[in-house]
Formats: sequence, C-alpha cells, structure tokens
Amino acid sequence: MKAFAALYQRLDRSTATGDKRAALIDYFRSAPAHDGAWALYLLSGGKVGGARRKIAASGELRAWLVEETGLPAWLVEDSYEQVGDLAETLTLLVDEPAVPAPDRPLVDWIERHLLPVANLDETIRRDAVLTGWRTLPATQRLVFNKLLTGALRVGVSQRLVQQALAELSGLDIARIAQRMLGEWVPSPSLLSTLLSPEEQPLDRQQPYPFFLASPLEAAVDTLGAPTDWVLEWKWDGIRLQLLRRQGEVALWSRGEERLDGRFPEIEQAAAALPDGCVIDGELLAWDADADQPRAFTALQTRIQRRKPGPATLRSTPVRVLAYDLLEENGEDLRGVPLQQRRARLAALLGALDDPRIQLSPQVHADDWTHAASLREQARLRGVEGLMIKRADSVYQAGRRRGDWWKWKVDPLTIDAVLLYAQAGHGRRSTLYTDYTFGVWKGDELVPVAKAYSGLDDKEILALDRWIRSNTRERFGPVRSVKAEQVFELGFEAVNVSKRHKSGIAVRFPRILRWRQDKPAAEADHLEQLQALAR
Amino acid sequence: MSRRNDLVVLRPEGLYCPAGDFHIDPWRPVPRAVITHGHGDHARGGMQVYHCTRASEAILRWRLGDVRIHTHDWGESFRLGGVEVSLHSAGHVLGSAQVRIDDGEQVWVASGDYKRQPDPTCDPFEVVPCDTFITEATFASPIYRWPDTREVAADIVAWRRECAERGEAAILLCYSLGKAQRVLGELLPLDDQPAWVHGAIDNGVQVYRQAGIPMLATEAVAEQGRQPDSAGRLVIAPPSAAGTPWVRRFGRHQLAFASGWMHLRGNRRRRNVDRGFVVSDHADWPALLQTIEETGARRIIATHGNTDALIRYLRERDIAAEAFRTDYGSEE
Repeated sequence: MKAFAALYQRLDRSTATGDKRAALIDYFRSAPAHDGAWALYLLSGGKVGGARRKIAASGELRAWLVEETGLPAWLVEDSYEQVGDLAETLTLLVDEPAVPAPDRPLVDWIERHLLPVANLDETIRRDAVLTGWRTLPATQRLVFNKLLTGALRVGVSQRLVQQALAELSGLDIARIAQRMLGEWVPSPSLLSTLLSPEEQPLDRQQPYPFFLASPLEAAVDTLGAPTDWVLEWKWDGIRLQLLRRQGEVALWSRGEERLDGRFPEIEQAAAALPDGCVIDGELLAWDADADQPRAFTALQTRIQRRKPGPATLRSTPVRVLAYDLLEENGEDLRGVPLQQRRARLAALLGALDDPRIQLSPQVHADDWTHAASLREQARLRGVEGLMIKRADSVYQAGRRRGDWWKWKVDPLTIDAVLLYAQAGHGRRSTLYTDYTFGVWKGDELVPVAKAYSGLDDKEILALDRWIRSNTRERFGPVRSVKAEQVFELGFEAVNVSKRHKSGIAVRFPRILRWRQDKPAAEADHLEQLQALAR
Repeated sequence: MSRRNDLVVLRPEGLYCPAGDFHIDPWRPVPRAVITHGHGDHARGGMQVYHCTRASEAILRWRLGDVRIHTHDWGESFRLGGVEVSLHSAGHVLGSAQVRIDDGEQVWVASGDYKRQPDPTCDPFEVVPCDTFITEATFASPIYRWPDTREVAADIVAWRRECAERGEAAILLCYSLGKAQRVLGELLPLDDQPAWVHGAIDNGVQVYRQAGIPMLATEAVAEQGRQPDSAGRLVIAPPSAAGTPWVRRFGRHQLAFASGWMHLRGNRRRRNVDRGFVVSDHADWPALLQTIEETGARRIIATHGNTDALIRYLRERDIAAEAFRTDYGSEE
C-alpha cells in the first residue's frame, strides 16, 4: 500500500506528463505482479466496491465518520462541502494513528481485507473500514478511502499508462491498448499477459483502439488543397467497431462495451460478411421515409434494451454507416492509406449488398467554400457537420491531431438563467462549477440544461463568490441561487424527451458567454427551444 | 444582537468602540484607528490617527507611508475616551496584536488574526482573559489541523534539493508580509544557501531584519542579472508573480505555494502549483477552540471566514456566539 500511495502522491503532485510517466514506470518496474495488476485496474478507472460488491455506501462512510470522530453530523457535511471530495474529507477528519501499522501489500488490502466483507452486515463492513482509518498514515489513508468511494481520479489518462507500459516493456503501444480494451480482471498474470511479446489467444477477439478526430478550430482553408482530403458527414449516433472473426460477429462501442444482442438486425447482416474483417462506423436509428437518421434520443430506447422485442425492432430500425475497414482477410489494414481502405470497404459492402450496413458516402466538394455551404445544411440532413480526413492517413489510436478533423456546424444558442450550482471535481472541487440553467415557461423558470464548462478561471472564481453570497436554499451539495445571472449556452441539437420535466433534452450544452448585460427577465422561453426540437 | 453596553459594535466603516470613540482595523477612513497588524485588509490608508504596537510601526510606515502613528508597548495601558486599551501579542505576524478594552465593568478582546503555532519571527500568542472575545474564523473547520511547521520547512529544503538535481529553480510563492519572513526564519537552521527574493518580499525582509529577526540570508532577484543560473535556487515571490513574465528569467522551474489553503488538494490544483506547503499564520480548528476556552469568554463574536460553522458549534456547547460581517479577507 505504501508504494502505491507513494505513486498516487507523485501523480497527484506532478503537473508534467513526463514526470507522471516516469513515476508510472518506476512503480510498475518494482511492483509485485498482483499489486501491479490492481494498480493498473485502478488507474484505468476500475473500482473495488460498486453496486454488486457493496463495501461502504457514501452515507454509511459519513455516519461511521461521525461515530469515529465525535463531530456533529452537520459539521461533517460542512467539511465535505469545503473539501469537495469525500475520500479526502474522511482522510482529513480522522486522527493520525499514533503508531502506523506495518505495511501490507495493495492486493492484501483489497482481496483479503475489503472484498471479503462486501455485502455483509454493516457492522462487519464498518469494522473493516475502521481498521484502515485507524492504522494507515494520511497518504495511504487517502488511497484507502479512494478505494471505498470510487475511482482514483488522479489525472492520468489511459494513454499515459499505456505509454509507460510500452516504454517499460518495449512493446508497441497499439498492441497494449488493444489488449486493454473491454473487460479484464486484475489477476496475478495480467501484466505478464498484457506485456507479452507473443501473440495471445485473446488478441484475436479484441477490437482495435478507436482513432478519434479532433475539432477543427483553425480556418478550414488552412488545411491546404481539398483534394488531399476525404469528406464525410459527421453522424450523431453510436460509434462502433463491427468484428467478423472466427465465424462470429461482435459489436464494440467506443465505450469499450460489447453491444451483443442489442442490435440483432446488424449482427444478422454482418454474418454474411467474409470472415476476418473489422469495420469502423456509426450506428444510427434510421428514418426510412425521409432516408435520413433520426435524432440520437431514438437510439437511447434501443441501447437500454438488452434483447429488443419485435415491436422495438419495427418502431426503431437501425443501420450502420461504415466509414473504415481496419482488417480484411485477417490482415491488419491500419497502416494502409485511408483512400485505399475506403476503396476496399466499398467493394466489400457492395458485395454484401445489405441496406443495414452501408458505406458512409464520401461528400464531394469542389473547394472549401463549397464544403462550408454543405456544412451549413447539416442540421437539415440530421447530421452534426462534416468529417475531414486526410486521404493518405493511417488509422492511429486515440485522439491524435492532424489527420482527422470534425467540423461541426455552429451550435444553436439560447440565453438561460442560472438556477442551481454544485461543487465540481478534481481541480475544481473547492469551487461551484457545475451549473444548472433554466428558461421561462410562463412566469416560472424550468431547468433545461446542465453545463460544466465554458468559463475561464477568472469567471469561475467570480461566479463562485456570487453563488456563495446569493444562495437561496441548500439541498446537500447543491445550492439554488437567486435567478439573476444569464448565460448564453450553445448546444448541438434539441430533442423531444419524456424523461425531462421540460419535455426537451439539449445535446452537448456548454456555456458560450456570461451575459452580465442581460437581466433574467430577458432570458429565452421554453417555446423557443420546443420549436427547435426534433 | 448588539446590546447597549457592548464595547465593540459593527459600523459601516468597521468595528467601533462607542465608549472609547475609536475603530479597530476599519475599512473606511475614520478619525482614530487601532490597528491589530499590517496586512492590507486590516491596516488601510486614510485614518487621521493610527494606534499600533511598536513592532508594527515600521510595517505601517512601509505600507502606508507618512501617517500619524501612536505606538504602544506590549501590555501598556492607554486611555481612549472612557476605556483603558492595551495591546497583546496575537502571534500572527511581526507586531500583530489583540486589542484589549476595559471599561471597568467588562473586558473585551478583539484578536484580529492570530495563531498558536510557534513562529521564530514574532512573539507568541498571549491568552488574555476576557468577557467577550472577538475571533477570526478563517480556518474554522475540523478539516484544518496544521502539521508541525519545522517538518514542513524540512520538506521545503528537500524539495529545493530535488529541484537542484533536476536543474530547476524552486520558486516558492508566499504572502510578502509575514509568511515569507516566517519561512525564511524557519529555514535558517536547515539550509545554508541564500534565498533569492522578489522586490515585494525584500521590503518586508528588510523591515524584519531591522527589527532584529534572524532569517536565512537573502539576495534580491533584481541583482542577479537578466538570466541568472537558477538551478537549485530557492526563489521567494508573492503569489501575484505566478504566471507573469517575471518568472521566465529563471528558466526551468517548479512552483510551490506556502499557505494554509494548501491543506486541500483542490486548492493546490486550482492554483496549478507543483507543490503546496501547509504553512499558516492563522489558528487551525483545535487552536480556535482551545483559545476560545482559555480566554474564559462567555460571548464569542466571529468576524471572518467560516463563521457559520464556528458559531453553530459553539452554540451547541452553550457558548453565546454571533458574527460581525466584516470586510476582512481570507487570503493567505
């Protein structure tokens, strides 16, 4: 635990990527195999507890803390509100042990101390937690509490961990990334399998790490000749890889989740593909009459159903618009230029001839001005804008700038009033940075959007101060504030929604500007949003 | 809840003693101001006459220029209007005082800012028994329990040496009055390499040196040339220097901040510093409670900080407690 806590502290302190990578390499080089596996699992966002293995609920931790410290419950809440992070609050309020206990390995704490008490009586789980609180010094206590409260959140990206492991093992990062996709358990042999130079049996069942486009921020004509680029529509669906290997079909979402069974019509269509191919594309709910995609919300009913019935299949048919071919005849094509991959994909899908898996069409533009005018039609076509991909680009892993750009249509905007605020996480954990905004419905304000980003540090500080001195009510960590501050919000689309009180849901809301010039009475009305909904 | 006999009340211009006709640390110009200490939110310009401790005088002159000052020795009793006033050490920064007011019937103490930890650069806090104690509440939450400053100072030295090995300058941000000098005082027995100080810090260091306070040797950054060899140097600068072109002259460097706020990881990350050192010139939670108990006061008035929590906590323990809404800041 000591070594892992030291790693956590190094990662938490460091602001330089190079230092973080060095810390990771140092740790994985010397960590015992099973500790290292758990460390990798935790650094990848894995949790020890959770819904199925309950060790300590957040409410229980607070109650136990009240018992342990003798502080009034309201003061524990007040402390939590100031710290913004439950694990850190627990760590700060518990007394430092007079004599720290001898060091126990990370795996020991997790597998022989915490997991065995999961789902048992509260007193047994409480005793396990108290043992940690009473024996671990502060740096280790913080990590221990992080294990109890959820993810580590220590500012380490998956890619950074993979870079460190690649550097440590000499293995290609793409191979490590591929092996880390999907679900895996922190077993003693995990690291040796993950870092093995030999081809592993599971390698054939994994998708490839997705190559992600970056938003185009510069002017489009800085990209040079349009002929060097392939343009496609940017669909608003679920990005997925369709694997047709060893006689089976598997669908993987970008969230590294297998979608098996949810989209039987796609699996059925894919079964006719030749073995040994992997397709990258977008799953969309399709409106056959209009011959264009339906709003993203239509897909949500499908994602939630593990086994959709005939009625769902009829009411919400889906299709895949494929835009890349990563493997054919068992051969990895990621190093082949995009133009050639697309040509092979077109041939493959031409032979398949099934409307459920189609080629995402190439959009032809004579020049960038023409491309810009096509982009303006995006909303009418039910797409988010254009994708601009370098014609000779290889298929990289993760979000790498330079070759693939997403050029989204300018957002819709609305002026909304700040209604609620909540403290953020991580570096914003001591500030109110999570906001809920509302618009007028008659003479009442109804919440329509939550936004976490879009203000600069100065504005965040100023707004935080305003929120603290203009709080109306508190509901746990949430404060309602005086309806005074107006913000211009941008968003991609408005969808009709039964789940929201307002009857609509906005897609990707963010703050564009703080309208300090505008009184709340002049904020927009719900009818304006409803008119935009589809 | 102000009562007729209250020795200190809240007025728009600041804390006011009606029986003595003077203000304590007012934020608007008044005829007579008793100043607890030299920080900007407590010692402001524009008062006709200032009363402060002998040790504070040089600080007030440095910060406010040529103003009319009456200085007083520790514990020396002087009459203002109908009350006896005396100044007692608050242990916050050099010359910082609590103001004791006695009208013959009751004793009130306004403590300004204070701490209970040892500090080699100022006199220790003096417990002054009183009926009503006016206290700060900057760090009034049980999450704040300060580490031993000598251990933190050793961490600062270890960090500087780490920077030396990496060929980086170690830039430590500290408030220019009090914190910077306290850190230099703590470092004196631990390190032998002179620290470089920013101009704003240097003024304060000179005031402290003239008062005879022993501190680590310092050299002005301004005397080091345009691109000095800064590897392994401890550079002390005010927080406002972070992110300005001034820092660039040191080339590769790490930034650290010495403040009680650094006790929370969120604050450190928000400041975007590499290291946070927990050094505070304010009372932590146990020290606030200890002090309130030791004064024997039956009534507590909290002036600034997390006053809500302190008041509720005290009331639940049957101590009369209330707040004055003041303009004092929580910067540290």
